[in-house]
Amino acid sequence: MLEVRNVSAGYGSFRALFDVSLEVRAGEAVGVIGPNGAGKTTLLRVISKIIAPTSGSVVMEGQDLSRVPAHRVVEMGIAHVPEHRRLFPRLTVEENLRMGAFHPEARRRHAERLDFVYELFPRMKERRLQMAGTMSGGEQQMCAIGRGLMSGPKLLLLDEPSAGLAPVIVQQVFSLVRRIRAEGYTVLIVEQNIQQVLQVVDRAYLLEVGTIKQSGPSAELLASPEIRRAYLGL
Amino acid sequence: MFDSFLLESIINGLLLGGVLALLALGLNLVFGVIDVVWICYAELVMVGMYAIFFLYVYYEVPLAGAIAAAVLGVALLGMILHRFVIEPVLGTAPINQLLVTGGVLFFLQAAATLAFGIEFRNIGIRMPVVEFGDMFFSFARILAFATALVGVLLLWLFLTRTYLGTAIRAISQDREIMPLMGVDPRRIYLITSAIGGGMAGVAASLLVLQYDVHPAIGLSFGPITFMVCVMGGLGNMLGGFVAAFIFAQFISVGGYLFQIEWGYVIAFCFFIAMMFVRPKGLFSR
Repeated sequence: MLEVRNVSAGYGSFRALFDVSLEVRAGEAVGVIGPNGAGKTTLLRVISKIIAPTSGSVVMEGQDLSRVPAHRVVEMGIAHVPEHRRLFPRLTVEENLRMGAFHPEARRRHAERLDFVYELFPRMKERRLQMAGTMSGGEQQMCAIGRGLMSGPKLLLLDEPSAGLAPVIVQQVFSLVRRIRAEGYTVLIVEQNIQQVLQVVDRAYLLEVGTIKQSGPSAELLASPEIRRAYLGL
Repeated sequence: MFDSFLLESIINGLLLGGVLALLALGLNLVFGVIDVVWICYAELVMVGMYAIFFLYVYYEVPLAGAIAAAVLGVALLGMILHRFVIEPVLGTAPINQLLVTGGVLFFLQAAATLAFGIEFRNIGIRMPVVEFGDMFFSFARILAFATALVGVLLLWLFLTRTYLGTAIRAISQDREIMPLMGVDPRRIYLITSAIGGGMAGVAASLLVLQYDVHPAIGLSFGPITFMVCVMGGLGNMLGGFVAAFIFAQFISVGGYLFQIEWGYVIAFCFFIAMMFVRPKGLFSR
């Protein structure tokens, strides 16, 4: 479904990614794990075209994204739930969700998807008229994921959905990711919370200082001595 | 004892407030969304007034048609202003945006002087005076007040009920992620500029019924518009709306209790005092 081919990218003279390639197949949940500053967020930002790669390409369902303007990427079926959630704090929950369904195709199915999101997050229905910025971190994360789902994506990009949340809430977020998978969405999730994310995804890539160091099925990575030593403290 | 003249001046203040509110609305919208102050805003209103004057008086277009053309024309002018003057300096130091729109102010004033001369021109429509008990109200003002209220209501409905309006409010809160929502920020800015220009056009159609148009007309209500916006908190549309009515009361009632000129003096003193008490606007958080 999604192919990232030899992508390098950075900000100004700082290079964040070096020749990164990865692939996500339809129906899979794939993780990108690694420490802070490894380039995980940059990778997602390249995929959704917030920044342009200096070389390499991103291909979604056979179509090269380099010729697609940034605001059209979501129409190709890629929804990006950004780092720090980035809700519109002074819009209500319902208005935030409406923004997720901005493109014409999504507008037509707005009511149906809103029902789906409210069924997935009954909490959001209770809070629908509340300003998004006044909710707790966990609720904001639900709203941000809901906003992503409103566009009717084929592929959901999740950037550190567990960051800054209390341990109990982190559990909830990961079980949500499982639930979303079960609904048939393909998921690419970036996480520092390596132990937990490897329980949820099928495969993962380990990203360190901008290059992919290791990749494989979750069980294999969980058993890998380097990962156990460096990231799991075992 | 009942003072019907005081009541008359309070109601006149209310009517004036509607026009000021409408003037402030477009400026506030553009600032709130694009974060740029259109220093030349009142000159856009002047262009609209000239457009109505010439279409109606020289080309004998019916008044409604002239007004519609002027509103659309000034909306287009707002888009041109954004696309060719503001966009190239967007993202540079804010002073640049003030300088370029300030430049447009002088350009429009000088261009109007060159093209139309310095005569005061009037479209020559005598609006009736409405008599109520022993109070008198100008029909043009009542019309302006009603139009302003309808305009505010329509804008509010647009901003809260439509996808595009929601996007206009969202972009001021987080511009960078707008493409993730499938929104092209440049398009939203152009649409916002068109609405801001359209508001100036509507204001022009109301003012042209009451005042003569001349190249410096912008100076007579531009500064008041800016003060109303600043007092309400630049970019805060509700604040600007309320501030317009407060300001208008000072001008109208102050003018009645003392003299017409004193009304403005009192209003400006109040403005200066408010800048010390609430420097970020009436409803600052």
